[in-house]
Amino acid sequence: MSEASVVPAPPSRPNVLFEYLLRCGDDRLVLGHRLSEWCGHGPILEEDIALANISLDLLGHSTMFLRLAGEVEGKGRDEDALAYFREAVEFRNCQMVELPVGDFGFTMTRQFLFDAYDIVLLDALSSSTHAELAAIATKALKEARYHIRHSGEWMLKLGDGTEESHRRTQRALDELWRFTPELFTADAIDMELHAAGVAPDLPALRPAWESIVRDVADRATLTIPHAAPRAASTRDGRSGAHTEALGHMLAEMQIVARSHPGASW
Amino acid sequence: MVTPIAARDDVLRILDGVMDPEVPVLSVRELGIVRDVIVDDAGAVTVVVTPTYSGCPAIRVIEEDIVAALTNGGIPNARIRTTYAPAWTSDWIPAEAREKLRAAGIAPPESAESGALVQLVRERAAVECPWCGSRDTEVRSEFGSTACKSLCVCRACLQPFELFKSI
Ligand SMILES: [Zn+2]
Repeated sequence: MSEASVVPAPPSRPNVLFEYLLRCGDDRLVLGHRLSEWCGHGPILEEDIALANISLDLLGHSTMFLRLAGEVEGKGRDEDALAYFREAVEFRNCQMVELPVGDFGFTMTRQFLFDAYDIVLLDALSSSTHAELAAIATKALKEARYHIRHSGEWMLKLGDGTEESHRRTQRALDELWRFTPELFTADAIDMELHAAGVAPDLPALRPAWESIVRDVADRATLTIPHAAPRAASTRDGRSGAHTEALGHMLAEMQIVARSHPGASW
Repeated sequence: MVTPIAARDDVLRILDGVMDPEVPVLSVRELGIVRDVIVDDAGAVTVVVTPTYSGCPAIRVIEEDIVAALTNGGIPNARIRTTYAPAWTSDWIPAEAREKLRAAGIAPPESAESGALVQLVRERAAVECPWCGSRDTEVRSEFGSTACKSLCVCRACLQPFELFKSI
């Protein structure tokens, strides 16, 4: 059998790949944690189980990305050190995933927008020249496919459901839309890794993402908002600028590990 | 005294007896979790494993079970190595193992999907009931008691059943 053992040419600055892997890992860690907040609060038992399952998948994907990030960094930090012992400004997730869960319509709309991003990104990353990154993406993509099946189905049910479910889902879409440019804005790190064949051309993924989103939104009788203009200088989650919500979330997520460092159970 | 070097076949035979903690009718080999066994010249045993579903919390238990079973079988100090490539697929579960799933009331996985990236629930073909064979069934929830199973119900025999997810 063959194993991932091909080592690609290292990017010119060694921390570029580390930074990129943090973005991948942190998106899934933060969203996975947000989903876990529904555990015990789901609208029906099946949905409670579903959200917990998807949360676990995302944490599993995050673990793979962050473990590789720690290896690439070479300073002895493993996935737990990266998850539990970094401050909010050191997190590289996009802002959309850190927003509080809101109501079920908001949670599901955010999930759907992320899942659509997840499948187009992972699909592209699965042909990365970095063999380990490609292997992680190939594995995660299989699960992302059933994630979007779930969130997409809910978009149809909620958007094309009752007046109230439609109103809430449309409101969520309107609120979340301005956070979507961040997903497809390439900075120097993205461009350098794209040139090396390690990561995809991020802005070029947007049309595929938007066609998935529009197709489901149309069938769900939801209206895609007009794209909000976005200043090029805006600092975003990829460079460590976060909303207030992330700090509160991390305080809860990290407190046990920080209060009892090295504890096992 | 020199410890005899374990034969690869002995290791594989012991692994046939290590059952998956969440689907205890199948062994870790039948599930395709064990990808390879390497016995080096010095007799050191390495078991190469790949996780099934990323969110499956059982993988650590499985690794401990493998090491414990080998220790009990006279092969101490086996090492576990994890690989992600090739990515695990439910297509690796062989025909006999699928029958064992069916007998346990778990519909075996359909072929892993390859086509369109987005396929909503309502666009998928109904699965076959493991109890009565009817395809008049519905998926109640894609997410069930464990990461690998969905919850279904059969309209023909009115029985609930689980479906092994295909990935
Ligand atoms: Zn039946």
